[in-house]
Amino acid sequence: MSDKSDNQRSWGRRKVVRALGALPLGIILASQLSWAAPATTTGQAVTDDTVTVGILHSLTGTMAISETGAQEAEKLAIKQINESGGILGRQIKIIQEDGASDWPTFAEKSRKLLVNDKVAAVFGCWTSASRKAALPVFEKENGLLYYPTFYEGLEQSKNVIYTGQEATQQILDGLNWVAKEKGAKTFYLIGSDYIWPRTSMKIARKHIENVLGGKVVGEEYKPLGDTQFGSVINKIRLKKPDVIYAAVVGGSNVAWFKQLKAAGITSKKQTLLTISVTEDEVLGIGGENLEGFYSIMKYFQSQDNPNNVAFVKAFKEMWGEDSVIGDVTQAAYLGPWLWKAAVEKAGTFDVDAVVKASEEGDIELTTAPEGYVKLHPNHHLWSKARVGMWKKDGQAEVVYTSELIEPDPFPEGYQ
Amino acid sequence: MGGYSYDELGAIFAMQGFAGISLFSVLLLMALGLAIIFGQMGVINMAHGEFMAAGAYTTYLISSLTETYIPAFMPYYFVFSIVAAFLVAGILGYLAEFVLIRHLYKRPLDTLLATWGLSLIMQQSYRSIFGAREVSPTLPDWLMGAYPATDMIDIPINGMFVLGLTIFTTLAVFYLMFKSSWGLRVRATTQNRLMAGAVGINTKKVDRYTFALGCGIAGMAGAAFTTIASTGPTTGTLYIVDTFMVVVFGGAASLFGTIASAFSIAQAQSILEFFISGSMAKVFTLLTLVIILMFKPEGLFASKVRR
Repeated sequence: MSDKSDNQRSWGRRKVVRALGALPLGIILASQLSWAAPATTTGQAVTDDTVTVGILHSLTGTMAISETGAQEAEKLAIKQINESGGILGRQIKIIQEDGASDWPTFAEKSRKLLVNDKVAAVFGCWTSASRKAALPVFEKENGLLYYPTFYEGLEQSKNVIYTGQEATQQILDGLNWVAKEKGAKTFYLIGSDYIWPRTSMKIARKHIENVLGGKVVGEEYKPLGDTQFGSVINKIRLKKPDVIYAAVVGGSNVAWFKQLKAAGITSKKQTLLTISVTEDEVLGIGGENLEGFYSIMKYFQSQDNPNNVAFVKAFKEMWGEDSVIGDVTQAAYLGPWLWKAAVEKAGTFDVDAVVKASEEGDIELTTAPEGYVKLHPNHHLWSKARVGMWKKDGQAEVVYTSELIEPDPFPEGYQ
Repeated sequence: MGGYSYDELGAIFAMQGFAGISLFSVLLLMALGLAIIFGQMGVINMAHGEFMAAGAYTTYLISSLTETYIPAFMPYYFVFSIVAAFLVAGILGYLAEFVLIRHLYKRPLDTLLATWGLSLIMQQSYRSIFGAREVSPTLPDWLMGAYPATDMIDIPINGMFVLGLTIFTTLAVFYLMFKSSWGLRVRATTQNRLMAGAVGINTKKVDRYTFALGCGIAGMAGAAFTTIASTGPTTGTLYIVDTFMVVVFGGAASLFGTIASAFSIAQAQSILEFFISGSMAKVFTLLTLVIILMFKPEGLFASKVRR
């Protein structure tokens, strides 16, 4: 997302918004004076030239590994928005809180951000557990949360905008692809033992059995953090599935792939499709252990389009040449931009007005690194699913891109 | 198991046996260091996992340094890094004993708190130094992959390596504890500190070196585990529960007990896991442990601990 095109875009939109109420103001704004129109703020932390938002991710604890990238992307987006003139003429200030990988802490810090700091929006949470913990606070205090992670669906709150993909946008297309391209008939499902893998596998099983006419030959869950996969690998070897379908997370993920390779199960002999490996995870797992296996995501760092090239460059400039960008990091980057578009459309920071503006189905980002995204009235994004094949250097080659998929957080026949 | 040929069943049986043995070697290597510290000194070292992480990070450091400066040395660095991991973790342990633990020998519950605090400090230091993301050293090719024994049996090389290291370490510990004069002094101090002091053993020095040895072995374990899992600031917490489980179940002061306990837990876990799901296998294993400990609270092999 280049600064130049952005400038043009935001000023263009701002003119339209202002023109509705006061045409002369629009002219003044367009001439780039740092002047701000009075906006309805209902006690929010908005002054004449600043607006305060919250970032709430785990900086410490086990989840820090995953959430680091998300908060880096959010800061980058906010920095770019500020450089291009801010929102409604106001610079964005950030209050960052640490969720510390502890779910009650997420709820407590959400309350702090909403009640004490009166932030206009919060970008944060990563695991479903942390979102579920913070959700009641956002609903009670009428806050606004931009949630970046791909997740199991089955949720739609007025106070949350989901910038990652829900289950059907990731799982179904991936299974269709592997059935069609690899002629897969038998599947072995394996995941970590908590809500996201279990819900995802439930959906996957229904799709495999009812739609694809395939067979699930094994379904297996390992405790979080478990690092011993010897017995499971033996079971898989005995069942000889066409596809291993995996949703193992965290430290276990690394052990799982290292031991698969050590057991001689490589991409030469076995097709494996996972919904839990992004560039972030590959750093720990090592490209050589994943080579030839597939991930289904909506974004890969290697995507070759001008938006993404500019995004990757800006991200590395801000956070270091060695940084990698995973699916969730990109989704987190969309949060501030989607918020900006909605606020400018509403002409105010008021949560109800911003939510209403978001629900009209016409908030879109043509400059998203993943390509084009559009906000659906159900608070999720229209997005494309992509299959990436991992290479030794830790990057993926995109081998398949779907059409834009309509988000459907409550899929019928899959519950 | 209908529908499978004898060949297949035989191959699975062999590999399943190997999965059990490989889990056994991992558990034993984790527990050896703690068995020395907890068993011989009575110190509940909650930072044991972090000393393992210290070893793992040492390996990672040496790996990236080697890759940058002397890439030709890559195939061999791993052996060297295990020694380095032992030294680094051992020296850290020596310092921890000197600064912290030695003041608390008379207050065992306070050592629990203090070492837990130490573990938090170490975790945050790793996070500040190496970042929150998990890292993996680049492993030499000979360590990864499988040795195809037959068409159907693949033996994981990293598993063999850990097994070999575990056997070597166990033998070395046994030699140290039961054949060397230093081991004699450790055992004397364990059995009767006052008498040991009276006959001229420098019990403080014995304590310090015992603690350092335990931590050093933890560091070695950490280095070895980089071949099967990754390393993050909180990696240690993944291992600490299993480690205590093995040591407590085996009987705190008995090294034989530690071996027997690691073996039975590993076999139970891996055999159960083949027939039921991973989570349930863990539940049954732990349940059995609890029941056995109810009847034998001292563990499998009870012997005298320093009171």
